[in-house]
Amino acid sequence: MAVLTMREAITEALREELRQQPNLVLLGQDIGAYGGTFGVYRGLFDEFGPDRVRDGPLCESSTVGFGIGLAITGMRCVVELEFMDFVTVAMDQIVNQAGKMHYFMGGQLTVPLVVRTPIVSRMGMGPQHSQSLEAWFMHVPGLKLAIPSNAYDAKGLMKTALRDNNPVVFLENVKLYGTKAEVPDEDYRIPFGQARVMRPGTDVTLVAISGTVPDAIAAAEDADKENVSVEVIDPRTLNPLDVETLAGSLRKTGRMIITHDAYRTCGVAAEISQRMMEEAFDYLNAPIQRVTGLDVPVPSGQLHHSVVPDKNKLLGAIRNVMN
Amino acid sequence: MSAATASSLKEELALYNRMVLIRMFEDKAVELFGQGLITGSTHPCIAQEATSVGACAALRPDDLVLATYRGHGIALAKGSDPRHVLAELLTRTTGCCKGRGGSMHLCDAAKGFLGTNAIVAAHIPIAGGAALSAKLRKTGQVVACFFGDGASCEGEFFETLNMAALWKIPLILICENNGYAISVPTRLSQCTPDIADRARGFGIPAATVDGNDLFAVRDATAEAVRRARDGGGPTLIEAKTVRWERHSGFSSGKYDNPEEAQRWKKVDPIPRFRKQLLDLGASSGDLDAEERSAREIIDEAVEFAKSSPLPGPESLYEGTFTEN
Repeated sequence: MAVLTMREAITEALREELRQQPNLVLLGQDIGAYGGTFGVYRGLFDEFGPDRVRDGPLCESSTVGFGIGLAITGMRCVVELEFMDFVTVAMDQIVNQAGKMHYFMGGQLTVPLVVRTPIVSRMGMGPQHSQSLEAWFMHVPGLKLAIPSNAYDAKGLMKTALRDNNPVVFLENVKLYGTKAEVPDEDYRIPFGQARVMRPGTDVTLVAISGTVPDAIAAAEDADKENVSVEVIDPRTLNPLDVETLAGSLRKTGRMIITHDAYRTCGVAAEISQRMMEEAFDYLNAPIQRVTGLDVPVPSGQLHHSVVPDKNKLLGAIRNVMN
Repeated sequence: MSAATASSLKEELALYNRMVLIRMFEDKAVELFGQGLITGSTHPCIAQEATSVGACAALRPDDLVLATYRGHGIALAKGSDPRHVLAELLTRTTGCCKGRGGSMHLCDAAKGFLGTNAIVAAHIPIAGGAALSAKLRKTGQVVACFFGDGASCEGEFFETLNMAALWKIPLILICENNGYAISVPTRLSQCTPDIADRARGFGIPAATVDGNDLFAVRDATAEAVRRARDGGGPTLIEAKTVRWERHSGFSSGKYDNPEEAQRWKKVDPIPRFRKQLLDLGASSGDLDAEERSAREIIDEAVEFAKSSPLPGPESLYEGTFTEN
C-alpha cells in the first residue's frame, strides 16, 4: 500500500493502462515533455513517446474530434482539456458527436474516449478559469461522468474509465491534486455507479461532490461536537448515479444536504434533490438543503472564496436541518 | 478493343450504374418525403453524383469515408446496399442504423462508411482522427472526408487542415462546392472564389476540378490516394458542382437567380458521363442495360423499405450505452 497524491494516482492509472493497452493514446496540449499543466503527465512522454503522448495545437474542438476519430477506428483515446472552462469550445464534439454516435449509428461504432479536464474552482483564476460545469454533462444521455474526490477513488475510477467502451467525462478538482490517500499496490478498479460513504452517520446525510468533500468531512467532525451525527457520501460518478445508496441513507437519517462548487441553478444538487423526492419523500424530516456555488460569474482574487461552499456554510446548513 | 480497355470499360459501366442508381434513389427520396414516409428532413445530392462515385472509384474497399448529411449518394458510392440505406431514410428496423439515424445519420461500418453527420464540419476532425489512427496502426488505409462549401467556413475545417498537414496523415478532403449553403450563395460567404486556395496556405496540395466530370474527380482522387499511401499526407480536392434541388426536403430554398438554375440543368453529370462512355466504345445497349439494372435495384429497395417494420418504443433506450 502506497500513499499517493491524487495527481500521482491519476498518473499511475494512465501509466499502467498505457503499458497494458498498446492502442491507447493521449492527446492534448502541454501533455508531452512539459508533463501537463498540472503535472498529471509527468514521466509519460519519456516512457511512451510522442506517438502515444501527443502534444497538439490549441484547438479543443478538433482535438476531441480527432480523439473520436481514433476511438471509432480501433484505438482508445484520452483527450485533455486544460481547464474545465474550455469545454465550451469543444461541446459539439463531446455532446453531439461522442455522446450520441453509438446510438444514432445503430450500435455500429463505439467511442472509447475519456475527456479529462481539471476543475479549477478554488484558485481565484477568475470567471473563465474557475467553473464547475458537471451538470451540463449529467444532462446528456450517452456520456458517463466521473468526478472523484481523492487519490484512491481517482485511480480506481480512471482505470475503469480506460476500459469503458463508452465516452467518459472525467473531472478532477485541482484543489484535490495534492491530497494524499492510501492506494493499493495491486490492480483495482472501481465500478461506475457506486457512491462511497466517506463517513457514517445517523442524523443528516451530506452529499458532497468533488472539491467539497474535504470541507464536508470537516463539517461533519465539528457537528459531532454538537451531538449531530452526519453521514458524508461522495457519489463518485454522476452518470450513472447511485440513487439507491443516497436514498438508503436518507431513509435512515431523514435529512439531506447536497453540496457542490458549481452554480446553484440547475446544478447537480437540484437533480439529486428531485430524485430523493421521488424515492424517499415520506422519510424526510426537513426540506432538502443545497449548499452550492453562487449564481454569479466567479470573480478573480480573494472574492472567489465567498462564491464556493466552505465548512462554516455547511455547518450552518446542518444546524438548519436539525431545527 | 484491347482486353485492358474492355476491362476498364466494364468497371466504368459499373460506375455509370452507380451514378444512375444514386439519381434514381434521390428522386425516390424526394417523392417519399413528399408522401410523408420520410420524416424530419432529407438532403438530396441530385446532380452531384459524379463527385461521390468518381472519388470512391479511386478508393480501396477498406478505405474509410465520412460525409455530411447530404450523404445518401456517398454511402451508395462506397458500396452500401440501397435497401438498407433507403430503409434507414424511412427509419425502419432494417435500416443501416436500425432506424435510429434517419436521412442525416447514415453509417455502414462494414463498407468503410463511417457515417454522415448533421453538424456542419463536425465530421472533419473525426475523419482526421481516423486518418491518424490508420497512420499509427500502419493499415495503409486512406480516409476520404466529403463536405460542402458551407463547412469550409467552419473553424474545425481550418483546425483539421493544420493538424493534417502537421502530422502528415492520409486524409483526403473533398469539398463538394455546390455554390450554396442553404440559401446563401458562395459570393456572399466565401472571400476567395476557390476553396482549394485555403489548403495551400497550410502547405497542403490542392486541386480544383470540375465536380460534374467523373473522370476528373477520379483522377484527382487517385493522385491524392497515391500521395497519402506513400506517406505524403493530406490533399484537398475542391469539386465544383451544382445543387439542383432545394437544400432539403424541409426548406423552401429558392435560388436567387432563376437563369442560373436553368444553366445548371445543362451540366447534368449523367448524360455527360454517358457520352464519355459512348466515345470510349460502350454501346447504347450496354448503358441502357445498366439503367434497367439500377431501376430494378431501386424498385426492390423501395419495396424492402416500405415493407420493413418501424421500431417500437420498447427499443427506445437500446444503444444509449454499449455493454463493456
